[in-house]
Amino acid sequence: MKTQNPRQVYGETLVELGGEDPRIVVLEADLGKSTMTCLFEQAFPDRFFEMGIGEANMTSFAAGLSLTGKIAFTNSFAVFAAGRAFDQIRQGISIPKLNVKIIGSSAGLSDFGDGSTHQSVEDLAIMRAIPNMTVLVPADGIETRKMTRAIVRHPGPVYLRINRHDMPDLFPEDQDFEIGRSYRIRDGRDVVVFANGIMVSKAVAAAKKLDGEGISVKVVNVSSLKPVDEAQIRLFAAGMKGIVTAEEHSLIGGLADVITFILRGTGIPVEPVGIADRFGTSAHDYEELLEAYGLTEQQIAAAVRKLI
Amino acid sequence: MSVSIAELEKQARRIRLNIIRMIGVGQKGHLGGSCSLAEIITVLYYYKMNHDPKNPHREDRDRLLLSKGHAALVQYAALAEQGYFPKKELETVKCLGAMLQGHPDMLTTPGIEGNTGSLGQGLSMACGMAAGLRIDGKKSKVYCIVGDGELAEGQIWEAAMAASCYRLDNLTAILDKNNLQATGAVAQRYDTNPVREKWEAFGWHVTETDGHDIRQIIDVLDGVDAITGRPKMIIAHTVKGKGVKFAEHVAAFHNGELTAEQFEQACHELQ
Repeated sequence: MKTQNPRQVYGETLVELGGEDPRIVVLEADLGKSTMTCLFEQAFPDRFFEMGIGEANMTSFAAGLSLTGKIAFTNSFAVFAAGRAFDQIRQGISIPKLNVKIIGSSAGLSDFGDGSTHQSVEDLAIMRAIPNMTVLVPADGIETRKMTRAIVRHPGPVYLRINRHDMPDLFPEDQDFEIGRSYRIRDGRDVVVFANGIMVSKAVAAAKKLDGEGISVKVVNVSSLKPVDEAQIRLFAAGMKGIVTAEEHSLIGGLADVITFILRGTGIPVEPVGIADRFGTSAHDYEELLEAYGLTEQQIAAAVRKLI
Repeated sequence: MSVSIAELEKQARRIRLNIIRMIGVGQKGHLGGSCSLAEIITVLYYYKMNHDPKNPHREDRDRLLLSKGHAALVQYAALAEQGYFPKKELETVKCLGAMLQGHPDMLTTPGIEGNTGSLGQGLSMACGMAAGLRIDGKKSKVYCIVGDGELAEGQIWEAAMAASCYRLDNLTAILDKNNLQATGAVAQRYDTNPVREKWEAFGWHVTETDGHDIRQIIDVLDGVDAITGRPKMIIAHTVKGKGVKFAEHVAAFHNGELTAEQFEQACHELQ
């Protein structure tokens, strides 16, 4: 299966967009070689702002740029973009609905070596709780490209969460991405897995394995965590024996909360797969770390079996 | 100059009277830090800034951002006097659903350029505005008012570095140095002095003025227009609560209530 690196895709897409729309400006907090905004810097040096290691100032500075009609992209690791600049995002950007795009890179556990200080297990919960904020979690490079384009068309604040590692292509090239919609990646009759980010490909792998056991699993990519089309989620869940949620995030405030809230009162049992209220830790390998936190194909398959 | 010093002084008094009326009796209001800015705000809106109350979003306008957003009352008074919205709105400040919120809100109030109030953020926003205007080749200037208590916010110094790093000479910051923060004297509570040396060390062109002397404020604002290649800081020496005798130099009126007697006295002094 073809894989792409979402950071690389994001950086290349920013360059494309920069050529199409002179309003686009990019701000970076000294991580441009990781977030891949270095590509935009090379292409459009006059619209690139190196803000040093100062996420708070970068974020409010972006608010100021947007007040002059720019579409400002702030970039850092997710843990800093969402955590360190929370108040700046809340006060100066989200209350007045400014056109600032906050890009949380190396998100989740994907910065495996750096440990708990650099891994974001709660960024989505923080961003989701802010009124006026849109929160997106792409499942692969294709969706990252489509989302980066979509958020330029969408006026207002957006948080886009980007994984550090190569991800297998899943999102159909000919499918438009629309903020608020969820996407069925695979159909099934028994159990539906609602997943986003890296967990979508793991859900697909689990579903394939479960086919062999006679269990038919539907996989839905809930890449638009907020807003989310609730009627569509209810439709995907209708008639299912059970529901699994799978996310590379704390079970508090992320996808599990979104889905169980939407499906309250339906009586369909739910099994959540995610990070159980704890911080990340260092590891030598991303997959090794995901396994240690139960974010695996096997864990999703086990959750499905519990529901049958 | 199309407007006389005497007329501007009269306007500043009118702005203070509006501040007192907005606070009224028995409700908290940021009297001190609003009154310390009356002359500065008057000079900016009535003399210095290129702006148009009938077209608040005019592209070539100069911008003013109140980083110390709690002093919103002084800006509301000036905006209403200038005709950005009916003066009647001043009577409803902080009422449920009112246009005039406790802190500046650009979505509800014509003439407000950005949302401030969480201290320390406005100067960074002003830097971004200055940078954005420069990209577009606009001649507009950006003014940003910060408080001396606010200088305790680390982000102020991040912005100070950014402005100087990007040589934002279309940005002028004004420090409302009234020497009081909410709980007492800045020098005793959390000393942000010496200010001049700090701003100079951060690469800014620094001048000082009496923040209540209209002539001096005009001269210093005009004077910094000639400075290029770096951001400008005007340290305005002010009195918190200026113009309301019993409130001058009194930290309790940072966000205090007025009794009926105090309200009458303040109105009497300002009429």
